[in-house]
Amino acid sequence: MALDKAAVARIASLARIRMTEAEQVRIAGELAPILSWIEQLNEVDTSGVEPMASVVQMKLPMRDDKVDDGNIRDKLLANAPQEARGFFAVPKVVE
Amino acid sequence: MSALTELGLAEARDGLRAKTFSARELAEAHIAAVEAARPLNAFLCETPEKARAMAAESDARLARGAARPLEGLPLAIKDLFCTENVPTTAGSRILEGFTPPYESTVTAHLWRDGAVMLGKANLDEFAMGSANVTSAFGPVENPWRRRGDNRPLVPGGSSGGSAAAVAARAALGATGTDTGGSIRQPASFCGIVGLKPTYGRCSRWGTVAFASSLDQAGPMTRSVKDAAIMLQSMAGYDPKDSTSAAVPVPDFEAALSGDIRGLKIGIPREYRIDGMPQEIEAVWQRGIDWLKDAGAVPVEVSLKLTKYALPAYYIIAPAEASSNLARYDGVRFGLRVPGESLDEMYEGTRAEGFGAEVRRRILIGTYVLSAGYYDAYYLKAQRVRALIARDFDEAFKSCDVLLTPTAPSAAFAIGEKSDDPIAMYLNDVFTVGVSLAGLPAISVPAGLSGDGLPLGLQLIGRAFDEETVLRAGTAIERAADFTAEPSFIAGRA
Repeated sequence: MALDKAAVARIASLARIRMTEAEQVRIAGELAPILSWIEQLNEVDTSGVEPMASVVQMKLPMRDDKVDDGNIRDKLLANAPQEARGFFAVPKVVE
Repeated sequence: MSALTELGLAEARDGLRAKTFSARELAEAHIAAVEAARPLNAFLCETPEKARAMAAESDARLARGAARPLEGLPLAIKDLFCTENVPTTAGSRILEGFTPPYESTVTAHLWRDGAVMLGKANLDEFAMGSANVTSAFGPVENPWRRRGDNRPLVPGGSSGGSAAAVAARAALGATGTDTGGSIRQPASFCGIVGLKPTYGRCSRWGTVAFASSLDQAGPMTRSVKDAAIMLQSMAGYDPKDSTSAAVPVPDFEAALSGDIRGLKIGIPREYRIDGMPQEIEAVWQRGIDWLKDAGAVPVEVSLKLTKYALPAYYIIAPAEASSNLARYDGVRFGLRVPGESLDEMYEGTRAEGFGAEVRRRILIGTYVLSAGYYDAYYLKAQRVRALIARDFDEAFKSCDVLLTPTAPSAAFAIGEKSDDPIAMYLNDVFTVGVSLAGLPAISVPAGLSGDGLPLGLQLIGRAFDEETVLRAGTAIERAADFTAEPSFIAGRA
């Protein structure tokens, strides 16, 4: 299917990537041939085939529900672009 | 001193134990080689002081006869593995300045076994690329040049810095990661050995995630034996990675006999793709003849869905990437571009922090996962993936290992194919099906192209049968007797 500027704007917004209108036009032009190339998958008959999410043939293991790496607040905050009183700080979300 | 950088991992290990040279001498030779290799841009971060401290510990252990398996062996680490207190960028501006407070399991295994860290190797941004040209910190140069042509070539990707460092003798070995071919294709382009283990063989914990159902770490070395030695340490069950396989790790070095008498070698007919260069076809035929001469039996097999592996991959990998890369939002680590609102901050950070190819893949991934397209694209690709895995299962009913070319061409010039994403994606045409099926595969240098560039052959095994891959790889390595050297060797005039 054709991918237009409006569709790119919608995806970019879902992906939280800022994009100018000029970029939206350019990216639509870039993605369209990739998507039509991808669409050759429609030639494959997949009726009755279960989707494969993982090659690992096992149940995900459960672990005991206990804290084993706690008390590392300062380590976690060391890379924060901005912190305040032991928390990650972000622009105001609620007035 | 430069002779020390020409050794294989196995020879260096023997030399250290025989006290022919010290770990300090070996480390200094490599620290100098890493510096000399700077024109290649293979390293994003050099860690000479760490190397010296680790080598000192190695010398102390060697002196008291308590050497560990990789004692004193200098390695490069792809900058996708988190290394405690050493910056880790994934080749992206968005992680510039990030210093992990923890160590990835794979690198922790290497240090546990005594290896010495030389630095972090350049890569395609978030491992998304086949030429190492998407790195935010500049492309890597392949140490090889075409005969009579001085244009710099790509080392392949995404583990391009790792491949270039090993080929240029700036490290005895390096870690790589492979999602669709990112260990094997650069190994082929740089004339070295690259091994992608079975999915689940090496822990993914602490490795920056690209596509979680495909990513797998593996060794990049100058011989098959060296790959076996490194894999021995890298592999193993890790409760911190829920897809890590709780299976015993065999003795990989014991699998290197090269005795392949009676082994059935599958030759997938669909890998004879249209427009395949004659020299790729020729090196493949030579490989078949070598294995036959060594007593193996070639059998033709069919992997019917070969041509659909790449398009399926370019739905699944971007879908997983768009989800994995959601964490780069400017809140907890890495780049933050300030904004008036939280959304503005997210959008600005991700627009400035991610490069063009990464943004492209996030957008594709977001699109194929979005409402209305999920079934048509994402589930369809997962169904095709199931069929591709089934094809391999069928093929392995009539053979023990598959032999194919690693890549459809030799290394190309930096800048070539950069404006055509699909042409770039086609680099992985022979490697990506293996990734979708989660199988182990090795690339072994097999010969030179007409203009003097290395070409690799790929051997693919059954799940968790790296041993047969290594055994057949040894047979190819012996027959090929690949002794050609790149035009750039670190520290050589």
